[in-house]
Amino acid sequence: MSILVGKDTRLICQGITGKSGAFHSEQCKAYGTNLVGGVTPGRGGETAVGVPVFDSCEEAVKKTGANATMIFVPAPGAADAVMEAADAGIAVIIAITEGTPVLDMARAVAYLKAYHPEVRLIGPNCPGVITPGQCKIGIMPGYIHKPGRVGLVSRSGTLTYEGVWQLTNLGIGQSTCVGIGGDPVNGTSFVDVLEMFENDPDTDAVLMMGEIGGNAEEQAAEYKASGKFTKPMAAFIAGQTAPPGKRMGHAGAIISGGSGKASDKIAALEAAGIRVAKSPADMGLALKEAIGA
Amino acid sequence: MKVHEYQAKELLGKAGVAVPAGIVVTTAGEAAKAYEALGGGLVVVKAQVHAGGRGKGVAVGPEVDRAEALAIASGEKPRPDGMAKGVQLVKSAAEAEKAAASMLGKTLVTYQTGAEGQAIKKVLITVGHDIARELYLGVAIDRNLKRPVVMATTEGGVEIEKVAEETPEKILREPVDVGLGLMDFQARRICKGLGLTGATAKKGVVFLKNFVKFVLESDASLAEINPLIVTDKGDVLALDCKLNFDDNAMFRHKDLAGLVDEDEEDPSELRAARSGLSFVSLDGDIACLVNGAGLAMSTMDLIKYHGGEPANFLDVGGGADKDQVLEAFRILLSSPKVNAVLVNIFGGIMQCDIIAKALLAAYDEIDFRVPLVVRLEGTNSELGKELLEKSGRKIITAVGLTDAAQKVVAAAKRHVA
Repeated sequence: MSILVGKDTRLICQGITGKSGAFHSEQCKAYGTNLVGGVTPGRGGETAVGVPVFDSCEEAVKKTGANATMIFVPAPGAADAVMEAADAGIAVIIAITEGTPVLDMARAVAYLKAYHPEVRLIGPNCPGVITPGQCKIGIMPGYIHKPGRVGLVSRSGTLTYEGVWQLTNLGIGQSTCVGIGGDPVNGTSFVDVLEMFENDPDTDAVLMMGEIGGNAEEQAAEYKASGKFTKPMAAFIAGQTAPPGKRMGHAGAIISGGSGKASDKIAALEAAGIRVAKSPADMGLALKEAIGA
Repeated sequence: MKVHEYQAKELLGKAGVAVPAGIVVTTAGEAAKAYEALGGGLVVVKAQVHAGGRGKGVAVGPEVDRAEALAIASGEKPRPDGMAKGVQLVKSAAEAEKAAASMLGKTLVTYQTGAEGQAIKKVLITVGHDIARELYLGVAIDRNLKRPVVMATTEGGVEIEKVAEETPEKILREPVDVGLGLMDFQARRICKGLGLTGATAKKGVVFLKNFVKFVLESDASLAEINPLIVTDKGDVLALDCKLNFDDNAMFRHKDLAGLVDEDEEDPSELRAARSGLSFVSLDGDIACLVNGAGLAMSTMDLIKYHGGEPANFLDVGGGADKDQVLEAFRILLSSPKVNAVLVNIFGGIMQCDIIAKALLAAYDEIDFRVPLVVRLEGTNSELGKELLEKSGRKIITAVGLTDAAQKVVAAAKRHVA
């Protein structure tokens, strides 16, 4: 099933009765995702997007057998929604919500680690995850994707679409595309996703899109250099022209105290033998060259 | 969100963290009174701006060349006699008045403010202490540990980044459990590492625990006490303090949100934030309007890659309706340095023909004095492009990122010529 999501995914949406939750649930359903229900506390018994609404995740899981959730709960309640989903036994939690307080997410991640270490949280502040032709969870436009054997992982939204679109136009299909999100504290890192792609027989190569801030890209480079990731890889790093000390849209995209610079990340990736696109127009091309296609 | 030193100290004081007594004033006359009220003796007068390097920074009037001031503040040139510093020690009410007068109404230039400097509207009059030791204490989010970490070092008074780079082994790190806070043994370990003993160590533990408790309760995203001092009497005090708060958490801290000093913010960035736009101004002449932060950063990089200089970062977000586009255009065009504008939209869920209509409506409501290049990709991109081309407006359409960048760089050059 590629990674994280596929034909066996049974999805609920937390926040399904909100404007964004309803709209994107509809879009996911139209793509062919098996949407089985939604959760909005106090709205149990209603129907939304053609599926039943439940008061809690626990109830939704009991009645629908859901194994994945897509979170559109507004930022003040998003971390709570993550913990509720984990408590209900949902294995894959994809948090789309932007603007969650960083300490809330730190608490949610600590809770998951302590009590539900098997749960996989993707995001927050991410476009979601798609296995083309099988299952779309999130806000990405489905039609730009093409089923295939290249994995994508990115901290961004529209930049990911750009990369996907370039691949599709080159005739290169994708196994799974994962948006890990633009926040400083998130559930899943580049290395986590690379490990999944390494173990996935349906993925032959990976395109990674990073950006300024933190050192997740350097860790990915180290992972590749250590030999733990054996598949061909290409990358792009956004923010080469970003000034230090300024947050560039994403809460996590900031060069602080001399660390998190694009140039350092590019150098680390190249040293690990990863092909780095110089222009964002060449992300697809860099991957194509990496696989020798 | 940043706050001033005097605000940070008030907040810490209320949270049980020891800070020197101080009074913030806006006139030189008040400074003299504040000196007396603090009981006289050694007193420090400190300019209140959101920037570091105040001690070496210089308070200057319009007569001083700012590039010169920056060179002095950065230690590249000697400071002429009579040029006021941003932090001054005084020993009488008259001196306090004079020091305050030398700063208030002037512009403070430090290595952090750049040549533009920051207007000094308030000064903090604070009790001076005999310093036995200068230490550093900070709390920041560690992205890898996914929780806050307390950092402490005996190398106080210098930049922590420098210590981290040159002597990383001198930085003590204690990860904080977000549920439990800093535990006693951790606080004791830090104090021991800092060489605090006896009654001073006990005071240090109380200081640390209250400090971390405050950070967790107030959603501070960065908290630094530099220097943290040990006085000759063995007291532990926050001599200077820098606090940043998580903007995303301000919904539950209305009291803190009120502390923001809008004079310290870039007016365009402030205006953009009010319309839900994410904007950062840069030094170049090619403005850009993009949907999504990653693509917006990449668009800046793309402009640079093709020989241009980006004038800004601007993310219009997922919606991009006419009103947002209009406000974005107004902000971009308010800068006289802009010679061309690039719109780069990847319309996924958002359809390109609808975006094209919004662009046209906004275009007609504004005096578009520079060339506009538009690249629309995604759903109905052909339809959107056609709408723009047939509109009769002077809009240059582009296909693909490279084409867009080349066209906007060329257009900016033509506009200058």
